[in-house]
Amino acid sequence: MNAATKNIDSFLDREYSAGFVTDLESDSLPKGLSEATVRAISAKKHEPAFMLEWRLEAYRHWLTMTPPHWAQVGFPAIDFQDIVYYAAPKQKKDGPRSLDEVDPELLRTYEKLGVPLHERARLAGVVAVDAVFDSVSVGTTFQKQLAEKGIIFCSFSEAVREHPDLVRQYLGSVVPPGDNFYAALNSAVFSDGSFVYIPKGVRCPMELSTYFRINAQDTGQFERTLIIADEGAHVSYLEGCTAPMRDENQLHAAVVELVALKDARIKYSTVQNWYPGDKDGKGGIYNFVTKRGDCRGDRSHISWTQVETGSAITWKYPSVVLRGDDSVGEFYSVALTNNRQQADTGSKMTHMGRNTRSTIISKGISAGHGSNTFRGLVKVTPKAENARNYTQCDSLLIGEQCAAHTFPTIEAGNPSARVEHEATTSRIGEDQLFYAMQRGLSAEDAVSMIVSGFCKEVFKELPMEFAVEAQNLLGVSLEGSIG
Amino acid sequence: MLDINDLRVSVDGKPILNGLSLHVKAGEVHAIMGPNGSGKSTLAQVLAGRDSFQVDGGTVTYDGEDLLTQPAEVRARAGVFLAFQYPVEIPGVSNAYFLKAAVNAVRRHRGLQELDAMDFLKRVKSEMKAVGMKEEFLYRSVNEGFSGGEKKRNEVLQMTLLEPKLAVLDETDSGLDIDALKVVADGVNRLRAPDRALIVITHYQRLLDYIVPDYVHVLANGTIVRSGGPELAAELEERGYAWLAKAPEEQAKGVTT
Repeated sequence: MNAATKNIDSFLDREYSAGFVTDLESDSLPKGLSEATVRAISAKKHEPAFMLEWRLEAYRHWLTMTPPHWAQVGFPAIDFQDIVYYAAPKQKKDGPRSLDEVDPELLRTYEKLGVPLHERARLAGVVAVDAVFDSVSVGTTFQKQLAEKGIIFCSFSEAVREHPDLVRQYLGSVVPPGDNFYAALNSAVFSDGSFVYIPKGVRCPMELSTYFRINAQDTGQFERTLIIADEGAHVSYLEGCTAPMRDENQLHAAVVELVALKDARIKYSTVQNWYPGDKDGKGGIYNFVTKRGDCRGDRSHISWTQVETGSAITWKYPSVVLRGDDSVGEFYSVALTNNRQQADTGSKMTHMGRNTRSTIISKGISAGHGSNTFRGLVKVTPKAENARNYTQCDSLLIGEQCAAHTFPTIEAGNPSARVEHEATTSRIGEDQLFYAMQRGLSAEDAVSMIVSGFCKEVFKELPMEFAVEAQNLLGVSLEGSIG
Repeated sequence: MLDINDLRVSVDGKPILNGLSLHVKAGEVHAIMGPNGSGKSTLAQVLAGRDSFQVDGGTVTYDGEDLLTQPAEVRARAGVFLAFQYPVEIPGVSNAYFLKAAVNAVRRHRGLQELDAMDFLKRVKSEMKAVGMKEEFLYRSVNEGFSGGEKKRNEVLQMTLLEPKLAVLDETDSGLDIDALKVVADGVNRLRAPDRALIVITHYQRLLDYIVPDYVHVLANGTIVRSGGPELAAELEERGYAWLAKAPEEQAKGVTT
């Protein structure tokens, strides 16, 4: 092994800093999944009847389905009876009414993760946070200030109780309960998540964010996020995720639905740092997520940006259905797989309206024994006149044992469609490393710089706060302080 | 400043340098000429610390210290600079960022205060003017999409900014038109200083019309077969390299010290 490789290895060999466990009594359901489990979850959340019905329907549908096997990932079959479907930190009452009532131990946990929930602890008006701990939301900040503008930002459970009409109208309208195996499972057992509604013509004055934390053992997290931007509304939403280090694999099967009406704009950013498992691939989160946005109105705009560094296995394809004329869909992604991590990720852009445009920029970085797959579908339906797509997917390999795959699919059903696809694969070259080191940079700084340069097009799409976090996650120092 | 004694280097078991010796003092400019495949670039890369070569024997002392045991970045910080024959592209990393990181890595090592963005920009812009580079090259990715001449100017720019003690220029003249060649030579000549040594590797005598060396060495089959003054370069230009292959071994002994 030469010096440069050794340096790369030590650079990649960093600790997972969010791997601690919070010692809390939790109120959990026993392991296993049945109709009774679904009813118990619904009852715990005091849901209206329509919600229970919806769940049960999804559950019955799920029973008829089989897990998908087409992804370029390998793992032993999941025993769905060996999972706890509901775990919540124990509380005296139904749940804290305000942040002051949240268990201080929980607040400390979020503080340790760098997400202080006290509003006064944050810069005034920068980011509002919904904190989801295992199966429940433990607190949402800045609700009052947002409510003044008519913005609803709350936990999903609260939305079901307080805004049942909105939930009923939009839930499942983008990702139907039977969409796929994991989406059906989520629809049956989802426990919490975030709900956002931005009224007509309102630009959300601050970033909204949800911080997901899995804490309890043997627990699956099944959250549901629904964001609706009414006509002319704008919103930027961020999510972050971490989990303790455990030897067992844990399942995270989320569903995110975005609805953008006429002239609305939604920007959704993710920094996913679930526990990736250890060096030999023991433990880690199975991150099987369905994310889809619906550009329902004309000139609407949905943009997904993701930085995926965690999880043992990632299986997700944030997508946009471009229904409205002149609507725009974007997907920017950085996925890093190291050690035994596997990622099969990409995007689907479905063009239905006229003059719709989409962009897919995917940057896959594979190191160690990591495997990174880009899977993309660009579909232009016959009525989509003048659809445009540009897809670029680049893979960067670090070391000799890793793998990168690319599976792009293009279905052009209208002759006016213009679809471009570019792909590159490169290795962090000894040449590049030597060049940078010959100028006095350490190997570590050189790797950081090269990786950061590779990801630049995606990082620049992230909100400032997240860009910093994302770069730190990749172990790279912030570029662009000059020039 | 630099003492190379009986250096033997191979790649994948194939010997490239076969007992090369060279002695360079501060303030001197040495030209190393030789046909393709004679080992010129290998010498440059071994001096700079590339680890894909196997050193089989010999010593290299720089400033009284064993150079071969030091990693590339340590050599660079200690003042060894290599102007690459084929400068490497680093997509997404702006030239300005790269240059500033390099300059400050070297300054830290020398106990100097790091340059802040303003000071750095002032400095780099004036040096760019001197090597005839437009400011836009600061904001473009390192060497990406640069023409051959632009890459070489960028190398000279880096050399100027990093203020090396020992600069090795590996065929910096290759692929340059005459105007670019003059600019590059001009940049190199401005660097000539009593406390600085330069090794100029070239295939053609042309560059040496503009950078007049103190000594010229001819490298063939991994060893220096002949050394002399600037007039040797002219002789090579006239007669080519073929006659040297038969030249007696003694000719190599005029190595400058």
